[in-house]
Amino acid sequence: MTVVERREVALVDLLDRLLAGGVVITGDITLRIADVDLVRIDLNALISSVNENVPSPFQELL
Amino acid sequence: MSGLRYVYAVCRPFRSALQTQLTGVAAQPPRQLTHHGLIAVYSAVPEADFAEEPLRAHLEDLDWLSETARAHQGVIDALTAVTTPLPLRLATVFRDDSALRTMMEAREEYFRRTLDRLAGRVEWGVKVYVDPRPAAAEAPAGKPASGRDYLRQRRMQTRGQERTWQAAAEFAENLHATLSSFAEDSRLHHPQNSALADGPGQNVLNAAYLVPRGDSEEFVELVDRAKDDTPGMRVELTGPWAAYSFTGEEGEEGEEGEAGTGGEER
Repeated sequence: MTVVERREVALVDLLDRLLAGGVVITGDITLRIADVDLVRIDLNALISSVNENVPSPFQELL
Repeated sequence: MSGLRYVYAVCRPFRSALQTQLTGVAAQPPRQLTHHGLIAVYSAVPEADFAEEPLRAHLEDLDWLSETARAHQGVIDALTAVTTPLPLRLATVFRDDSALRTMMEAREEYFRRTLDRLAGRVEWGVKVYVDPRPAAAEAPAGKPASGRDYLRQRRMQTRGQERTWQAAAEFAENLHATLSSFAEDSRLHHPQNSALADGPGQNVLNAAYLVPRGDSEEFVELVDRAKDDTPGMRVELTGPWAAYSFTGEEGEEGEEGEAGTGGEER
């Protein structure tokens, strides 16, 4: 096991906090982020940005 | 001043100035609006990008999202150096100063209570990854000699993976128990999709811990000491962050799994 300390913050860690954390304000704002399909944002957008050929560790050997 | 108000955080008045060249989202400098002794830190941003419709579209554009998230974080980081900010969720945008003041007034009690609770605290992120692939790699290369050989190899691989998963679950549980008993509060985030992580392996623990700034060194050592000779396990530490994961009050965490004491209340 290794403990890794990163200097550059990974986008996925940032989005964990900025899209799932932080104070949620309702009321007189232009857009409630909850109204946006977050799954679409943080998964689809990101997944399409990484190499589609990254193999799944659980790929069946068919 | 025209433009919408993109708000990063609410905090108490602070003495030190922010760095002068600091820019936030839309390359706009952060400004301060004071209301009833609380400060909202915001940038004036153009309607063309931050009104509801363009904002919604932008949020699904990874480059825009990434740039905006990093700019947001840059301002929060700068604030963290001089005070304890209460960070708002990404893309919280108000029509004008008056709407911003109305919000601050409506939530004044909550802001004061939460700023008191978080004062002098930081958030540390700890993730555990397991890489089940080594077990599969032990299988002899090349084609199995027969159908029976093939099935035996598959069975061995499956058992190896089950053991690795079980060990990972126990390891993650123990680590979380140790860290949450040291920390003031903790939150479990959803494990990250393995396609998104830049390291190998599957994320089995994705947790945040609220720690007094002065105890941070000890917390980091605790993570370090948790080193174990469990093979195929990796622990990643991120932080210190502003307390993004601890802004909610009890019962407000929604879909986030909750651990620890729930953060209430002195």
